[in-house]
Amino acid sequence: MKYVDEFRDPTKAKYLLREIGSLVEKIEVCKRRPLHIMEVCGGHTHSIFRYGIESMLPDGIELIHGPGCPVCVLPMGRVDDCVALAEMPGMIFTTFGDAMRVPGSKKSLLQAKADGADVRMVYSPLDALNLAKRNPDREVVFFGLGFETTMPSTALTVLQAHAEGVKNFSLFCNHITIIPTVKAVLDSPELQLDGFLGPGHVSMVIGNASYQFIAERYRRPVVIAGFEPLDVLQSIWMVLKQIAEGRAAVENQYNRIVPEDGNDVALNAIGEVFELREFFEWRGLGSIDHSGVRIRDAYATYDAERKFTVPAVKIADPKSCQCGEVLKGVIKPWDCKVFGKGCTPETPLGALMVSSEGACAAYYQYGDIEKVHQQKVEFKTGEFA
Amino acid sequence: MSTIESVVIPARKSRDKVTADKVTLAHGGGGKAMRDLINDVFIDTFNNAVLDTLEDQARCSLADLAAQGDRLAFTTDSYVVDPLVFPGGDIGKLAVCGTVNDLAVGGAKPLYLSCAVIIEEGLDIGVLRDVVRSMAATASAAGVLVVTGDTKVVHRGSCDKLFINTAGIGVIRAGMDLGANKAQPGDAILVNGVLGDHGATILSARGDMMLASPIESDCAALHDLIDTILDAAPGTRFLRDATRGGIAAVLNEIADASRVGIEIVETQTPIRSEVKGFCEILGLDPLYLANEGKLVCVVPDNQKDAALIAMKAHPLGVEAAHIGHVMEGGRPGRVVMQTVFGGRRIVDMLVGEQLPRIC
Repeated sequence: MKYVDEFRDPTKAKYLLREIGSLVEKIEVCKRRPLHIMEVCGGHTHSIFRYGIESMLPDGIELIHGPGCPVCVLPMGRVDDCVALAEMPGMIFTTFGDAMRVPGSKKSLLQAKADGADVRMVYSPLDALNLAKRNPDREVVFFGLGFETTMPSTALTVLQAHAEGVKNFSLFCNHITIIPTVKAVLDSPELQLDGFLGPGHVSMVIGNASYQFIAERYRRPVVIAGFEPLDVLQSIWMVLKQIAEGRAAVENQYNRIVPEDGNDVALNAIGEVFELREFFEWRGLGSIDHSGVRIRDAYATYDAERKFTVPAVKIADPKSCQCGEVLKGVIKPWDCKVFGKGCTPETPLGALMVSSEGACAAYYQYGDIEKVHQQKVEFKTGEFA
Repeated sequence: MSTIESVVIPARKSRDKVTADKVTLAHGGGGKAMRDLINDVFIDTFNNAVLDTLEDQARCSLADLAAQGDRLAFTTDSYVVDPLVFPGGDIGKLAVCGTVNDLAVGGAKPLYLSCAVIIEEGLDIGVLRDVVRSMAATASAAGVLVVTGDTKVVHRGSCDKLFINTAGIGVIRAGMDLGANKAQPGDAILVNGVLGDHGATILSARGDMMLASPIESDCAALHDLIDTILDAAPGTRFLRDATRGGIAAVLNEIADASRVGIEIVETQTPIRSEVKGFCEILGLDPLYLANEGKLVCVVPDNQKDAALIAMKAHPLGVEAAHIGHVMEGGRPGRVVMQTVFGGRRIVDMLVGEQLPRIC
């Protein structure tokens, strides 16, 4: 595949790994403990497992899989609200695919569908708007979910619904913002992080300036990273280089996509439709100030929370679940009491087991756990070519 | 099992054609409408002597069967695909190929099929005719006879347009004993071509994803290819068509049943670039996409070249590839993949359905 295979070249990977290895040799801290580098975004977690990147890295580096999987951090109460909306008579409830399996306190959207609710998987919020236009006698709700990456398309869909006067379309808004969340992670007392891989697609929208505080106030390097495996390796190398040189700055590895100042059109659409909530509840991390958005009053008729009555009951995370500690990198997925026992991709207790971007599901599905944390194995490509 | 005539009516007295545009409950009611539908759409299309006797069961000569092998192979499968017609095939072709393949991967020569249809009232008769014609053409090309069947019509909403069940009978040649539990360390894992075409075709043909793609289903009857493989590599341990769950499901099944570890190599696993692109966009993994004309083949290492040459010489195996091997000292039940990038990851069974990722 053109423009994709180039970013998966094993020869270049070997070169980068050598460079990473020699930086690890030089960094003093690595002699005492592994460096902890957090990839904030679930898309990175997915790539890291999909390509077996962890198994290739030297022992001196540990990757911490951060909070950037929007499906994973969705609290149970919000899933219950989705189910309540979906089960209203005459409702067509539309959602991205991987949100369907997230467990609520009683059921997931997938189970609600089996019980008779009209839940449909869409790939874009515009598909949901088109459904509303094709079904004028039904109410259509779109389950808006995700960080700044997916926010612009939802905002533009609301604007389009408004422009076209579509009355039977509304948005159940669960969009969240990345910066307050990273800050919450950094302020967590039990945490020890040495650097960050910054989220590539969020940054495509919001630009790089928003991460300056991490470099300035917390003295941690941030490298905005792309999602192909070479992107990830090069970004790790860039973080290490900063550490080796005693610098902490925001650098952009993903400059083929991410403009320094973000995308004005997308930001304007977000600003037009959304405003910050005072706080938003995160699974595993609890309530974080200004970490979610809601629909502005001017577009209230498109706000499913105001158009319909949702239970809005806060449900505590299951006690046995240690998603929060995993999210913050305090423990590894396999250290969780219920990992692989009570909590599996088949019957997830915690949301980290639900999406393939969740650290736990990724380890369960892709990670050779014993090998990853006991011994690093060298693999020769084309062993029997 | 009942035959195509589930109610006893004098079938051959009239040869009236079906004139209605749509299937109604009357076509399943046991009266003249049903008889006309069965005669006109099914019997005349399948057109063979066993079916023409219109008994309640097909009668097959035991001596004929015994002359072709020493064990009977018997299988059944139901087909519920949406949409009914898709690029590269339709539910009828699928219903014949799928059951033929289920027989053939056991080393059996496929001989007879049944055809039981459940029709939702309102289905276009033209669509039904096309599907049955497609079944007949596929069966004829595969050298199998549709010898018995059944027709039911259900209320709108009780099924989705058309469901087909086909059962199949074949004969296993003497001495042939393939099994998922027979893989041994060192064995080679082969496939007969590019993977994931069918799954990607169905997903894009459904239109939910609003993605247009030039991909076509690989739906094909594999018995002839399998004969070629078994002739070239008589030591073949196991064959399986990689349908639902993709090759990942088949490899896990082998690893589990044989208590061995399996390693495949991403760069040697053939996947069309259109399918790769489709999966990239939706966040799907092609190893889990369904195939309807692809098989996984486990052969002793010293017969892999012979098997590959034979496969590549067959029209259904031109893009055959050696994708991996059964590991020496691998962890029993585990399938791993050397990634294109040089790393290594587990290829587990799919949990539930593959869902597109959010971003």
